[in-house]
Amino acid sequence: MSDVRLSEVRKVYAGGVEAVKGVSLTIADGEFCVLVGPSGCGKSTLLRMVAGLETISGGTCAIDGRVVNEIEPAERDIAMVFQNYALYPHMSVYNNMAYGLRNRGTPKDEIDARVKEAARILEVEPFLERKPKALSGGQRQRVAMGRAIVRKPKVFLFDEPLSNLDAKLRIQMRVEIKKLQRALKTTSIYVTHDQLEAMTLADQLVVMNKGRVEQAGRPLELYERPATLFVAGFIGAPPMNLITLPPEGLPGLQLANKPTGKVVLGIRPEHLFEQGSKSADLSLEFTVQAVEAVGAETYIYGALGGNGTEIILREPGKASPALGTRLKVGASAANLHFFDPETSQRLA
Amino acid sequence: MEKRVVFHGKLLPYLLLAPQLLITIVFFYWPAGQAVWQSFLVQDAFGLSTEFVWFENYALLFSKPEYYKSMWTTAVFSTLVAFLSLSIALLFAVQADKHIKFATGYKTLLIWPYAVAPAVAGVLWLFMFQPSLGLVSQAIRALGFQWNPLLDQDHAMALVVMAATWKQISYNFLFFLAGLQAIPKSVIEAAAIDGATPMRRFWTIIFPLLSPTTFFLLVVNVVYVFFDTFGIIDAATQGGPAKGTETMVYKVFSDGRSGGDLGGSAAQSVVLMVIVIALTAIQFRYVERKVQY
Ligand SMILES: Nc1ncnc2c1ncn2[C@@H]1O[C@H](COP(=O)(O)OP(=O)(O)OP(=O)(O)O)[C@@H](O)[C@H]1O
Ligand SMILES: [Mg+2]
Repeated sequence: MSDVRLSEVRKVYAGGVEAVKGVSLTIADGEFCVLVGPSGCGKSTLLRMVAGLETISGGTCAIDGRVVNEIEPAERDIAMVFQNYALYPHMSVYNNMAYGLRNRGTPKDEIDARVKEAARILEVEPFLERKPKALSGGQRQRVAMGRAIVRKPKVFLFDEPLSNLDAKLRIQMRVEIKKLQRALKTTSIYVTHDQLEAMTLADQLVVMNKGRVEQAGRPLELYERPATLFVAGFIGAPPMNLITLPPEGLPGLQLANKPTGKVVLGIRPEHLFEQGSKSADLSLEFTVQAVEAVGAETYIYGALGGNGTEIILREPGKASPALGTRLKVGASAANLHFFDPETSQRLA
Repeated sequence: MEKRVVFHGKLLPYLLLAPQLLITIVFFYWPAGQAVWQSFLVQDAFGLSTEFVWFENYALLFSKPEYYKSMWTTAVFSTLVAFLSLSIALLFAVQADKHIKFATGYKTLLIWPYAVAPAVAGVLWLFMFQPSLGLVSQAIRALGFQWNPLLDQDHAMALVVMAATWKQISYNFLFFLAGLQAIPKSVIEAAAIDGATPMRRFWTIIFPLLSPTTFFLLVVNVVYVFFDTFGIIDAATQGGPAKGTETMVYKVFSDGRSGGDLGGSAAQSVVLMVIVIALTAIQFRYVERKVQY
């Protein structure tokens, strides 16, 4: 049993930079929590405060019910996987994994058993006697994971652990991390700015922006009901179409039940369909400006007739409208999102 | 169109290299060759006749107990200076690496001694520790300790060791600081999370990762104590009292200049040269390998 509770956690760096501006989060026991957000939004800072590598300027961080603000990293019973792996370059893979256990005075045969077990799970048995420099990036990554799991900590912390790997290896390791975490049931906090990684790994997905939490919840919840304009634009690829609608409406855009006043209308590219004879709650016309065919689907980029807002349409299969064609597309009311342009908050 | 400058003929490159070559030849190869030549000669007391004697000077040299004594003195002196200057510099560098905020002032202060000429350093320490007038000596006296480097060999050795160490700390400090800053911060953080106390982190992570720097500095420091400390010894003790601080390089000077034994002194220079070439060879082999891990 080990949950992590952050309440109103703040971080002000020595130079006066307020990197984290009051974050409250609860990560349940065994939960996989992913922090995602643009560069510089304070993800690493928040993670490092949980690890004890940065002091907490305000609020509290509790692990397993114990406030750890003033507790040394070693005493927090956490393990961290760094972006650059941070392996000890002068130690063999075996010693890299055994180091933490030795420091804690674990008996020798238990160390041996645990290291061998971790090496088996992570398939690094053939390299146990090698130094890190004689390993490939993927193998180093596994050793770094091994170093974290041998200690059987209460919480795993990951800071962009896969960002130094090539695309293929990244997907493979992503799946393995997920499996491993499921098997070990260890509470985890994982920082990334790859939203695919975020969507696939998370039990709880936390979108951060400028030191604050924009929204936290199950990944699909965030996809289906983004709470703010920022989340709407951040989650999903290609991103949601966001059209600012003045009270009088836009030419070339018909909307069945428009809320009153100025609003931002959001509609995902995959929810737009080419409007033949079908009737739709929303219909709009745009001029095709670019077409990207990636095989299984096609992205059509264009400009809205009324005010030139960029519109992206995602079509399954192959489609090839000529550039300059005017397309009429529609969407059903269930797939529309409305936001207040002043507060950025979701309406209804 | 060829954009590179092309020199026609071979003269210009040689001309451009000439000053450097000349300096190397005149100030290094020539004296070195002279020393080797001289070491095979014996001159009579008045310098009127010279005789070629093959290895007689060397045989004589290695039959004299004083020579072994100066070797021993050199060994003691170099070990002490190398050990002290390396460990103190490392201690300072670790502190500077922590409090990087005030580091500029701190570093400047630590680097100053390196700019002081060896002879001046010797005189400085001699003044401070001069038995009757020196500030530090008076303080030591006040504590009831009979301090007299002019009479006591151990005191004299302590004095030159302190002066030589003081001067070498700056150099070592700079290299250690650079070495420390090259260790990724995340590795230290990983060790902290892995439950290593600061002391344990130092000995199991930082110190091993610094070993290439330490080894390099060890070689440089040994060469330093072999040669560069001549000025300090000459100014502070002149090898005394009773040859208690006469290192090999100082003996070359005192036998050759004051003793007038040119052949013997040349033979000593050659022995020193061989030692240094051996040390340099180790260093080069080492630099080739670069890192140990
Ligand atoms: N040691 C520091 N001193 C001062 N400011 C810092 C320090 N570390 C980070 N910051 C600032 O705090 C903010 C948050 O940084 P942080 O590293 O947490 O971002 P991040 O979300 O992890 O970004 P990335 O995705 O690029 O890793 C940034 O504006 C950064 O410049
Ligand atoms: Mg980061």
